[in-house]
Amino acid sequence: MDDILSVAALVGILTSAVRLATPYLYAAIGEAFGQLSGVVNLGVDGIMLVGAFMAIFVALGTGSLWLGVLVAIVAGLLMGLLMSVISVTLKAEQGISGIGLYMFGLGLSSLLFKVLFGTVKTIVGFQPVKIPILGDIPIIGPVLFQQSVLVYGAFLLVPLAWWILEKTTWGLRIKAVGQNPAAADSLGVNVNRVRYASVCLGSALAGLAGASLSLAMVNLFQENLTAGMGFIAVALVYFGSWRPAGILFGALLFSTVNALQLWMQVLGVKIPADAAVMLPYLLTIVVLALTVSRVRGPAALNRPFERGEA
Amino acid sequence: MPSTAAGAAVRPGGRRLIDWQDVAVKIALPVSAMLLALLIGAVLLLLLKVNPLEAYAAMVRGVFGSTFGFTQSLVKATPLLLVGLGICIAFRARVINIGGEGQIIAGALMTTWFTLQFRDWPGWLLTPVTLLLGFLAGAFWGFIPGVLKARLQVNEILSTVMMNAIALQFMNFLLRGPLMDPEGVRLGTYLPQSEQLPQQVWLGRLVPQTLLHTGLILAVVLAVAVYIFLWRTTIGYRIRAVGYNPDAARYAGINVPFYQAMSLTLAGGFAGLAGAVEVIGVQHRLLEGITSGYGFSGIVTALFGGLHPLGTIPASWLFGSLLVGADMMQRAVQVPSALVDTLLGLIVLFVVSTNMLSRRWSRWRAARRVQSKSAEAPALAPALSASSTQEVN
Repeated sequence: MDDILSVAALVGILTSAVRLATPYLYAAIGEAFGQLSGVVNLGVDGIMLVGAFMAIFVALGTGSLWLGVLVAIVAGLLMGLLMSVISVTLKAEQGISGIGLYMFGLGLSSLLFKVLFGTVKTIVGFQPVKIPILGDIPIIGPVLFQQSVLVYGAFLLVPLAWWILEKTTWGLRIKAVGQNPAAADSLGVNVNRVRYASVCLGSALAGLAGASLSLAMVNLFQENLTAGMGFIAVALVYFGSWRPAGILFGALLFSTVNALQLWMQVLGVKIPADAAVMLPYLLTIVVLALTVSRVRGPAALNRPFERGEA
Repeated sequence: MPSTAAGAAVRPGGRRLIDWQDVAVKIALPVSAMLLALLIGAVLLLLLKVNPLEAYAAMVRGVFGSTFGFTQSLVKATPLLLVGLGICIAFRARVINIGGEGQIIAGALMTTWFTLQFRDWPGWLLTPVTLLLGFLAGAFWGFIPGVLKARLQVNEILSTVMMNAIALQFMNFLLRGPLMDPEGVRLGTYLPQSEQLPQQVWLGRLVPQTLLHTGLILAVVLAVAVYIFLWRTTIGYRIRAVGYNPDAARYAGINVPFYQAMSLTLAGGFAGLAGAVEVIGVQHRLLEGITSGYGFSGIVTALFGGLHPLGTIPASWLFGSLLVGADMMQRAVQVPSALVDTLLGLIVLFVVSTNMLSRRWSRWRAARRVQSKSAEAPALAPALSASSTQEVN
């Protein structure tokens, strides 16, 4: 038990918790943009998978990690475009289109993996970058300021997303379109264009989430690498009440439980591994049950916009 | 009047012709969605430097080239149909059940456990009881997200996905622990699978030397039963009313959350039954990968069948064939069967897009009809105006 309670163990758990929160943050904040504009994109997991594969494939092929990240973002963007065409222009049921997009991404990433890789390939991913001075603070230093660039990016995204949503015209437009598309339309906002932009931005971030997974966390790709992380990210949006700060809190709570569970496995605490792996999913259901009914989301969520309809 | 002229142009030959148009549209839209997906698949194959014609020919050969291949397409159609029936019920109530995988596992686990516990029971008793228990276990796995949706407005898509992961981990745990085949432990292979179930519980073979079993007949009979349930009973009517217009259903005094929870529970039951049938009909034991992704491909099947139990019958055979063909394609031209998973996703995307196109089309048509009526008799109620239109034409 001493091992669990020591300062070194605490730092270890918190450091990996911050790292594990990264893909959730990118994906969930991206999803929040889409949902605030009125579009639920349930294909996040599929986009993350394609992003994760493209990132490592390009990074291994060109030797440039950043090129891998860029391609993952572009891949996410393209899948977001597909989702937008189907759910915004063709006004298809968003839940089912999202599942279709997920299946497409899962299948495509497996197909590309089998054809182009064949076996699991590893990569030397993004290394931790120690921030001068701040990185030397005890406990906080190693936890917060000795991480990789993609981790910093995810945490900087939180205030950035808040600023965009609360302080810019663009953010106001997104929320207006999600709350009352007819009113926004009558004020001259192009509802569908805002939704396209929001969904594509969210999907690009989901692609980046995948890249952060394969290039900065596990440093490899295998079939179904995400194992449902994208769905958990969607759940975090509800949990965080569509607010970046709330999403940050949820992502950290989640990743801490995950890190704790991994740590206990390493220490050989007598919990069957499969039972411990169930924890995050159980936690998601509990969290959804406790939060969803109390929070009011964007009024036009899941509703395609058609001029002349109330 | 221009609106009247347009209305007449939409319905050139009276009501019966319109019905045929509707049927044609309902068949043509999903079929063209599939063709489009296959076309994109061909592009993918070209990018993988495989001749698409050769690959697709291998798929066709896989199904129609041998008795085994053909019966195998029906073997795979059976769980697809069962899962698809549940999806029909759930989606008709506007509940999106992504939990098929977990519900299949729940049913398969229950069937395996019970059969091994009561292995001395005679087959005539053991088989129906295990099938029923498989149904109930799947129903329970659908009931949980159903209640969470009804009581706490938990998004069922997310909760069912989580239930899938929980069921999967739980099965993996059992297959590596309490349920592991003692033979595997003795021989030191430690395969994550259960011991073989006693022969008396196995479903009978329809064609000797193949895997085709009586579960197919059960699934088809149930498809008819679900059709009767949804279209000829009060409960079925309410389920459809809830999905068609939840607000109107609520206004009519229907307990919307109750029927949504019920439809999710029933959907779970059918998926659980699929799991039970896979165990005692095909594998004769529980093993990793027992679901074969049927929980997801069952959704595609039901969507393709127009969310109609009877339409799901041919759809399940079509997708069963696609899966069998994919295996053959993998062997013949070395294209991973993941290609078919990709195509299934695309088919969902295209079918759901065309669904909306067809709905918009019929709504547009109805609007035209009402418009032309109201121009002539603005004071009449919609029902009256519909009949008056007929007279005018």
